[in-house]
Amino acid sequence: MTAVETKSQLQPDIAPRRRKSLLPEIITVAVLALVFIFLAPALLNVMGQGSRVNQLGRFVALAIAALGIDLIWGYTGMLSLGHGIFFALGGYALAMHLQLQLPAGQIPDFFNLYGVTELPLFWQPFYSLPFTVLAIFIIPTIVAAVLGYLVFRNRIRGVYFSILTQAALIVFFNFFNGQQKLINGTNGLKTDTAQFFGALVSEPRNQTVFFVLSVLFLALGYAFCRWLTSGRLGRLLVAIRDDEPRVRFSGYDPTWYKVFVFAVSAGLAGIAGALYTVQSGIITPKAMDIAFSIEMVIWVAVGGRATLVGAALGALIVNFAKTLLSEQYPEFWLFFQGALFLLVVTVLPSGFLGLLNAENVLWLRSRLGFPPKISTYPSLEEDLEVQHERKNPRN
Amino acid sequence: MSEKILEIEDLTVSFDGFKAINNLNFSMNAGELRVVIGPNGAGKTTFMDVITGKTKPTTGQVTFKGKNLRPYSEHQIARMGIGRKFQTPRVYQKLTPRENLELSCAASKNVFASLLGRPAAGERRTIAGLLETIGLVAKADISAELLSHGEKQRLEIGMLVAQSPDLLLVDEPVAGLTDEETENVGNLLLALAESHSIMVIEHDMEFVRQIARKVTVLHQGTVLCEGTMDEVQNDPKVIEVYLGTEETEHAE
Repeated sequence: MTAVETKSQLQPDIAPRRRKSLLPEIITVAVLALVFIFLAPALLNVMGQGSRVNQLGRFVALAIAALGIDLIWGYTGMLSLGHGIFFALGGYALAMHLQLQLPAGQIPDFFNLYGVTELPLFWQPFYSLPFTVLAIFIIPTIVAAVLGYLVFRNRIRGVYFSILTQAALIVFFNFFNGQQKLINGTNGLKTDTAQFFGALVSEPRNQTVFFVLSVLFLALGYAFCRWLTSGRLGRLLVAIRDDEPRVRFSGYDPTWYKVFVFAVSAGLAGIAGALYTVQSGIITPKAMDIAFSIEMVIWVAVGGRATLVGAALGALIVNFAKTLLSEQYPEFWLFFQGALFLLVVTVLPSGFLGLLNAENVLWLRSRLGFPPKISTYPSLEEDLEVQHERKNPRN
Repeated sequence: MSEKILEIEDLTVSFDGFKAINNLNFSMNAGELRVVIGPNGAGKTTFMDVITGKTKPTTGQVTFKGKNLRPYSEHQIARMGIGRKFQTPRVYQKLTPRENLELSCAASKNVFASLLGRPAAGERRTIAGLLETIGLVAKADISAELLSHGEKQRLEIGMLVAQSPDLLLVDEPVAGLTDEETENVGNLLLALAESHSIMVIEHDMEFVRQIARKVTVLHQGTVLCEGTMDEVQNDPKVIEVYLGTEETEHAE
């Protein structure tokens, strides 16, 4: 071993760990999105499962909401049980716009049922498509930011935060459920009979557009979340999750970070809600069902927290399992869902993606006949004697 | 007499009537290294809580560099230049030592700076230098939960320094360390004392003797006496507090 080699091996690594280049990942995501858009519907049609395309589109939309849950729960440790609010707000925003696609002077049919003859004032801006598109994510974002600010400023955390979000969900649910004269109450707003760019929303051409949009937004949402979490902000979110009081003593005010990330996740839920609504044909206050908001959390838990990919996959897997199982055994699904959640909590605390941990990968490598890769403490790696022994095992 | 960096006047903190701090007066000069000792329950940690804004005084006030700290919250006080190291090392377990230091070192700590900012070249140099000082260069990029207790203690002191505070509050920095590690930490603190004001809370008398110039003894929430290590050790009141009761500390 020469002196030069020794020196270079002992040279401390002063170069900072840069934000890893996201380029390979971006390409992967883009390719996957294209495959999804062009291959999945065609394949399903060939298999005679054409109706599944619509389901797939809906579940892709739900996966967008799952990304948001992962941001606040997986990374920041805030378990929201009220994301149905933001999901519904997005859905209602788009549904209102579609309901207004009528000849001038007419108002949506349901108003006649309750003797309303004039369009309520807050419906007016939804005539505009650009306004609606913005409203879909900005309204949930603002609602979440206000709610979040009030909660986080008072340092409400953990279980208390979860309970509060659930309480807020019930408040919103009851409000939407009771306002027949404003938004058709419990019946909700139908979108499939509305016109959209000269065709019914439920027509295949429009549905294809929504499918493509869902996939695109999932890809964009994923890229956005990856970007958020890969830098210093992402590390701070993890720090808040693991030890929030400590963060304050490092000079950070966690309140604003939590407000920010909660608002972002609400915006994602809003987009998901809008895309889901147009693909299922209706939005009702049932989107603010307590069980549905909890399901969102289950998707993320099943897929794997703080992985983003896991959240999206979890949403797809759980929802397809739900559809397939409830088609076969309608009464069975809830038991299965409960069992799945228990299984994940007890056996797979880091979700299905957690199965891909270092240990299992090493085991797989050795099974496939690759030489084992030894990883130890870096101090050992730098120990010249150890290095020497490894290189010359027979000495 | 040099400038006072920290002044505490008539401070009382009571929790439901129990006075954890009782009419305490205390002051510290800029550049001073002060050791605070006292038996369990003397109010040492509450004392630090008040200075860092975690607990608000019931009466009395804390003045840092001439500013009353009462209206400020923890993160504002931290930004004003008071850094704190906790009794049990509190580092961010899932982050690497380098990331831990980066978070503490960042010049701007608001949301958008964290989102868009990159660590400046100066910051990166500081961090590389700190990693060397605390001896964690080889483990800079593994998750901090894998570090040993002593390494975490050093990392937390490093995080404190990365914050570049004017006043360092260090709570039991050598608890659970070996003799050698204790001495290392002592030397580290002495080196830091050349450019910072430091207040250390400690039980380990050997260690106190290594670093102390001036010692303050707390007892039942007030200052019992103040002076050099020798003066304090021979003070009859201190002897009574430490030796007169059953609950003696690690005092020799």
